[in-house]
Amino acid sequence: MAGPSIDALGQFTLTPGLGPVGRALGFTNSNEAMLASALIIIGLFAAGLSARALVPGRLQSLVEMLYEFVHNMCVDTIGEEGRRFFPLVFTIFSFILLGNLLGLFPYFFAFTSHIAVTLALALFVFLFSTGVGFYTHGLGFLRFFVPAGVPGWLLPLLIPIEIISYLSRPVSLSVRLFANMTAGHVMWEVFAGFMLMLTAGLGVLGAIAAIIPLGLNVALAALELLVAGLQAYVFAILTCLYLHDAVHMH
Amino acid sequence: MSEGPEKPAFEARLQAAEDAARPARREPGRSEAGSARRAIELAMRLGVEMVAAMVIAVGIGWGLDKLLHTTPWLMILMVPVGLAAGLRNLMRAGATDDRAPRERR
Repeated sequence: MAGPSIDALGQFTLTPGLGPVGRALGFTNSNEAMLASALIIIGLFAAGLSARALVPGRLQSLVEMLYEFVHNMCVDTIGEEGRRFFPLVFTIFSFILLGNLLGLFPYFFAFTSHIAVTLALALFVFLFSTGVGFYTHGLGFLRFFVPAGVPGWLLPLLIPIEIISYLSRPVSLSVRLFANMTAGHVMWEVFAGFMLMLTAGLGVLGAIAAIIPLGLNVALAALELLVAGLQAYVFAILTCLYLHDAVHMH
Repeated sequence: MSEGPEKPAFEARLQAAEDAARPARREPGRSEAGSARRAIELAMRLGVEMVAAMVIAVGIGWGLDKLLHTTPWLMILMVPVGLAAGLRNLMRAGATDDRAPRERR
């Protein structure tokens, strides 16, 4: 059938950004979105905190709420030592949150929908928390893989299980974020393409029927907003949880 | 450092300020919003946790098979281990619920 078709994955292709300079450097639209989210978060904080009002305005309230939210998350999950890791957790949280949210806008690229990006973030968190574990406990951190209170003859079975469970952390962390973002954008594309196909195939009748997928897309937009925030939150809280395990070993 | 009459008062204020700066170890009040957030968080996590352990275990088995030319025995052996590791992930994800006082909203 001629006419519009559904190209659900075309939206994730990388194209050179920033004109000829980007083409020469391999700077893609994904990198543009990353740079934009980093600049927005820095700009937001610079603008929000420049007033330093005792009674905060709107922007300052937003910035302070974001700060306190992540701070509480760190301290509640990791414990008193969580303050040391606050900069890391905050950077990860705000970067992913802004990336997810920017990706919801038309013409913007959702860089968290590429597993290369999320896996890089997850591997960094994984290696960092493992490093923290060995730094804090030395080789004693290996006892993390020996579950307490089990008979000795079970250990050869349980230690591999614990190790695999530990190694699966970066996989689950990256796949969750990537899959949620990709699925949302694909569904949007499919419904939107379906609208075009309806109008092309059935004319006026199709245009009227296309109201249904349009409504679905509107509802989906609300869901995607929730998912964007939630996935950033889940990523950050799991980062905290892994750091908690590295610091406390239980 | 002078030991003026205001020293005890200062100490008291310092103590109060330090207590305020320390995060309040409130008992988990299990607010409505907090438990809903926790439920959604778990729902998002559990499915992937299970699969991830399986992927890693089978991947290790497959790689060892390639190295040791024992195809496909180690991969088969790793399937139950991966399943167990996935269940371990689920247990750990669920167990954090009543262990750490995480929400304080």
